[in-house]
Amino acid sequence: MIKTDVVIIGAGPTGLFCAHQLGIIGLKCEIVDNLDKIGGQCIELYPDKPIYDIPALPKCTGEELTNNLIEQIKPFNFNFHLNDRVQELKNEDENWIVKTTNGKEFHTPNVVIAGGVGSFEPRKFPTKSAEKFDGTSVLYSIKDKTIFKDKYVAIFGGGDSALDWAIELSNTSKVSLIHRRNEFRGAPASVQKIKELSEKNIINLFTKYSIKDVKGNGSLEEVEIKSEEGESKILKADYVLGFFGLIMQLGPIAEWGLNLDKKTIPVNTENFETNKKGIFAIGDICNYPGKLKLILSGFHEGALAARGCFKYARPNEKYRFEFTTASNTIKDRLGVK
Amino acid sequence: MAKIKYIEHNGKEHVIEVQNGLTVMEGAIQNDISGIDADCGGSMSCATCHVYVKEDWYNKLPKKEMGEDDMLDQAYEPNSNSRLSCQISVSDDLDGLIVHMPEKQV
Repeated sequence: MIKTDVVIIGAGPTGLFCAHQLGIIGLKCEIVDNLDKIGGQCIELYPDKPIYDIPALPKCTGEELTNNLIEQIKPFNFNFHLNDRVQELKNEDENWIVKTTNGKEFHTPNVVIAGGVGSFEPRKFPTKSAEKFDGTSVLYSIKDKTIFKDKYVAIFGGGDSALDWAIELSNTSKVSLIHRRNEFRGAPASVQKIKELSEKNIINLFTKYSIKDVKGNGSLEEVEIKSEEGESKILKADYVLGFFGLIMQLGPIAEWGLNLDKKTIPVNTENFETNKKGIFAIGDICNYPGKLKLILSGFHEGALAARGCFKYARPNEKYRFEFTTASNTIKDRLGVK
Repeated sequence: MAKIKYIEHNGKEHVIEVQNGLTVMEGAIQNDISGIDADCGGSMSCATCHVYVKEDWYNKLPKKEMGEDDMLDQAYEPNSNSRLSCQISVSDDLDGLIVHMPEKQV
């Protein structure tokens, strides 16, 4: 169990800057994110795309912005809990008990939800029958590639993950690669390699096909694929892998008793607290009259939410506003003279 | 200005006058039409404003730019009639356009 002043859900720019503001005012926080890296949408969706509306930065990429924010909060040594997701929030004696998927538990008076549009999860097959095999023989990521040795593996998708795994697994498994169109979006070298392997009949390549059904008694036996014209084929398959990228799902946030408006959380604009005491929402996920989904708005919201957290984390102290240019206390916290 | 018909997967129809210069996605979002999520806000970074456009209109639309098909690979049940509605800019020429929403976006 970890005791802290604030748990921040989401390590995107908004969550990171809120952490900075917490550090500046002398609070501790722990940051949880479902992705395996820091940066949220900036890193997952557009690491290389230039952003032009960050104040005082005429142009920077999602990756540069993230790296700068990480640099900015370094002095505070906050812990990141990546590859983990907050599953449950429970109220107990003025505190929130926060439990994650990986079994971590935090006790804190404040939770800041900076969850963007939700957590990134793999897009799954639309076919109902695939659910039955989900996690056993229908997979969306690979943890242990040795399980595929000498097996029939059907891989769906046209991006780098699909192509790389098709190439890699074709060494030891019987691989079929199925994609909905003739063009692939993976790296040109990988596309070339796939074509070669297909010509040598090492990989069975099916373009303009998508999944129709998976079948098997107990264990998976075959996968049925269909073309847009309705023609279908049956392939032998011990495993079916889907690589369709990540989608954003609100996930467990919907179950915490917060007022929700579509996929957003209404907040007040004084400190961005939700309808639950000690739970704040900032960034794309929050909603109030005039809300703009800009990174700069997220920064502002994070700064005010941090002051809101102070009230509950230090109930016997009075918050005092100070400038980073002038305050020796802040300079101490930043480790500068 | 173009009159655009949005048809939800359950058959419910919405006819909306959308201003020139907006996208088909924005026309839906500004009028609270359900069935188009547009999680990324129109930056072609997600695939949650996916619509189907039947051939007659599909062929009249401005062609897909690079990257749209890549993104559509990640949509829910894409086919050769699929478009991202954030990439369809509205003009007078689109008056009468009909788009069909998929069963779901995520």
